[in-house]
Amino acid sequence: MQAPLVMIVDDEAPFVETMTKRLEKRDLRILSALSGEEALEKLGKNQNTDVVILDVKMPGMDGVETLKRIKRDFPLIEVIMLTGHGTIESAIEGMKLGAFDYLLKPCEIEDLQAKILQAVEKRREHEERIKQAKVREALIRHGAS
Amino acid sequence: MSGSPEDRHTKKRMGLYHVETAGDGRSTLKKRVFSVVVLSIAAMIAVSALILYHFYHSYRDKTYAHLNILVEKHRRDIDSFLKENLGAIRFIAKIFTFDELRDASFLENCLMNLQSHFNNVFVDLGVINARGVQIAYAGPFRLGKALYTEAPWFKKAIQSEYFISDVFMGLRGLPHFIIAVRENHNGHAWILRATIDFVAFNNLVESIQVGETGLAYIVNRGGSLQTKTRADVMKEGEILTILGEMEKGRYGQTYITTISGRGGNKYLYVAALLKDGQWLLIYRQKISDAFREYNHALRVAIAIILLGGVCVVAMGILLTSRVTRQMEKGEREREAMSAQIVESGKLAAVGELAAGIAHEINNPVAIMVEEAGWIEDLLEEEEFRESKSLKEFHRALEQIRTQGRRCKEITHKLLSFARKTDSRIHNVKLNQIIEEVVSVTAQRAKYAKVAIEKNLQEDLPCLRLSSTEMQQVILNLINNAIDAMEPDGGRIMITTRSDQNALVVEVEDNGPGIPEANLARIFEPFFTTKAVGKGTGLGLSICYGIIKKIGGDIEVESHVGKGTTFRIKIPLPVARGSATLSATSDQTSDSDRMNRGV
Repeated sequence: MQAPLVMIVDDEAPFVETMTKRLEKRDLRILSALSGEEALEKLGKNQNTDVVILDVKMPGMDGVETLKRIKRDFPLIEVIMLTGHGTIESAIEGMKLGAFDYLLKPCEIEDLQAKILQAVEKRREHEERIKQAKVREALIRHGAS
Repeated sequence: MSGSPEDRHTKKRMGLYHVETAGDGRSTLKKRVFSVVVLSIAAMIAVSALILYHFYHSYRDKTYAHLNILVEKHRRDIDSFLKENLGAIRFIAKIFTFDELRDASFLENCLMNLQSHFNNVFVDLGVINARGVQIAYAGPFRLGKALYTEAPWFKKAIQSEYFISDVFMGLRGLPHFIIAVRENHNGHAWILRATIDFVAFNNLVESIQVGETGLAYIVNRGGSLQTKTRADVMKEGEILTILGEMEKGRYGQTYITTISGRGGNKYLYVAALLKDGQWLLIYRQKISDAFREYNHALRVAIAIILLGGVCVVAMGILLTSRVTRQMEKGEREREAMSAQIVESGKLAAVGELAAGIAHEINNPVAIMVEEAGWIEDLLEEEEFRESKSLKEFHRALEQIRTQGRRCKEITHKLLSFARKTDSRIHNVKLNQIIEEVVSVTAQRAKYAKVAIEKNLQEDLPCLRLSSTEMQQVILNLINNAIDAMEPDGGRIMITTRSDQNALVVEVEDNGPGIPEANLARIFEPFFTTKAVGKGTGLGLSICYGIIKKIGGDIEVESHVGKGTTFRIKIPLPVARGSATLSATSDQTSDSDRMNRGV
C-alpha cells in the first residue's frame, strides 16, 4: 500500500519545512501549503490526499473556514486541527465541523504521527466501505439485469 | 504577603483614612438622626398645636355660647319672678280700695291668697300712708304702726309708681327686699308693700347649677350682695368694669370675662343685667371646671403627642441609622466596585499583553521544538550513530523538548487566562456542556489511565450563563483531576443534580487528595503544588472567578489518600412568567453560531 499522503497547512514556513522533513522521515508523503487558499488549490490537484494537518490561526482564510471548505469539497479527507490557542472552543468547533481530532501546538511528533495514522485508517475504512457499497450496488444491478 | 515598605506605608495611610472616614460617618449619622428627629417632631408639634388651638377655640366658643344661653334664660326667669310678684301687688292695690286694705283682716286674707297662689313667696303685706306710717300689716312680724318715714326704700317708693328695693335688714333685722306700689286715696298717696321671701328668692337665683363649681348670685350696682352666696363676691371695681363694658352694648345681654380669684384659681364670670339694670346676675364657674372636658382631651392629646414624639424619635433613629448604614454599605460597595473595575481593567490589559506575547512566543517555540526533533531524527542516521557526543546530543535535545513543553504549558495557560471568551449569557444545558468537555478530554484521560464516569440528573432546568466560561470551569477541574492522578491513573466521577434553587456539579476524583494546609489557598491566583513548569496556578482561580461572577459558589472537600471533590453550586435564574426555563432557541442558535463558525 502506498504511503499516506499528508498535507501540512501552516503560515509559519520554517514550521512547515521542519514538519515536512520529520514526517517524511516517518514514511509519510507530505504536501505543504502556507495558507488556506493554497491548501484548497493543492487539494484540488491532489484529491488522493489522506489527511490535512491544519493550523487554526492563519492570516487570510483561517483554519476553521478552510476546514469547512475541505469538508464541503473533499468530504473523504480527514483533518487534524493544530491550534496555537489553548482554547477549547476552536477544538470543539473543529470537531463539530467534522475534524478528526485536534492537537495543541507545539505537539509531540509521535502524537501527531499516531493521529495521522488513525485518521488514515479511518479514511481507508471509509473508502473501503464506499467501494464495497459500490460493488454491492453493481452486483444488485447485474443481478437485476 | 508582606509587600514593600512603600506598600505598607500606603496601606497604613489608607487605614488612617478609613478611620477618619468612620469617624466622619458617625458624626454624619448623628447629624442626620438629629435633623430627621427635629424635623419630624417640629412638624408633629406644629400640626398638634394647630389642631389643639382650633379645638380650644371651638370648645371655648361652645362653652361660652352654652353659658350665655343658660345665664340669659336664668336672668329672664328672675326678671319674670320679680315682674309677676310686682304685677300681683299692683293688681291688689288697683282692685281693692285703700279702705278695704287698711282693714287688717282683709289684708291678712289678701296675704293668705297671695301666699297660696305664689308658693309662699310673699312674707307679709303692709299699707303705709303718705307720712310713712304703716297703717295696716299682715304677716309674721309685729310691725303694726311701724314708721318708715326715714327708710330709704320709702323715700324712693313714694316717689314712683312702683318700686322693688335692694336687699336690706330693715326693722325686722333680717335680709329681705320689698315690692312697693303707690296709689292715691282722696288725693293722698299711700303704699302697698310686700316683702319677698328671701330664702325662696335665693333658691331661685342659686338654682342654676352647672358642673361642680358653677353658681349664681346677684349684686346691685354698688356691689352689695342681693342673695346669699358662698362665692367670693366680685370687687366693686370689677363690677363697674363689667357694667361699663355691658353698657357699651358690645356684648348683647350677657358679658363673659375671666378673673383670678383667691388661691390663684381662675374663674369664668358671666354677667347679665336684671331688674331694669339695677341688679347684676353673676354666674361664676372655675375655668378648670368649665373646661373640664377640654382639659381631659388636652391631657389625652398631650399623652398621644408625647407617645408619638417618642415613636418619632425612636423611628427617626432606627430608620436613619438603617438608611445611613445602607448608604455607607452602598458607598463601600461602590468603592470596592470601582477598585475592582480598575483592577479588572489592569488585569484585562495584562491579559491582552500576555495573550499577545504567548501567541507570538508559541510559534517560534513550536518551530524550535520541531527543529530539535528534526536533529533528533537526523541523529538516528548511520553517520551520527558512532559519534562520541551522541549521548550528550540526546540529553541536550531532550532538555530542549522539555523546556519547549514548559513554554507550551505556560503559553497555553496564559492564553486560557487572557483569551476573549464569549461571555454572552445564554440559556444553557449544564449536562450538555459536561458531555462536550468530557468528550474533548477523553483522549487525554485515556492516555493518563483515568476513567471519566458521569452521573447526570436528567431534565435539569437551563442555566443563564456563558457556555464558554462554564466549559472552561469544567475543563479546568477535569484537567486538574487528571494531573493529580497521573501517572497511576484513577477515576473521575462527574455528578449533576438540582438542589432547591440551584444546580450542583460535583467533580470527584480518587486521587491523592490535597493537604489541609493547601486547601485554603488553592483558589489563590498563581498558587500551585505542581512541579515547576507543570502548572501556572491560574486554573482554579479562573474557575473561582467565573463561578463567583455568576453568583454561584465553589467549594472543595479533600481527604489525603482518598480523593478530592469540587462542588459547584449555580443559582437557577429567577423565573419570569414561567416556572423554569426549558431548552430554548438560545441554545440552538448558539450551536448554529458555532456551526457557522462565527
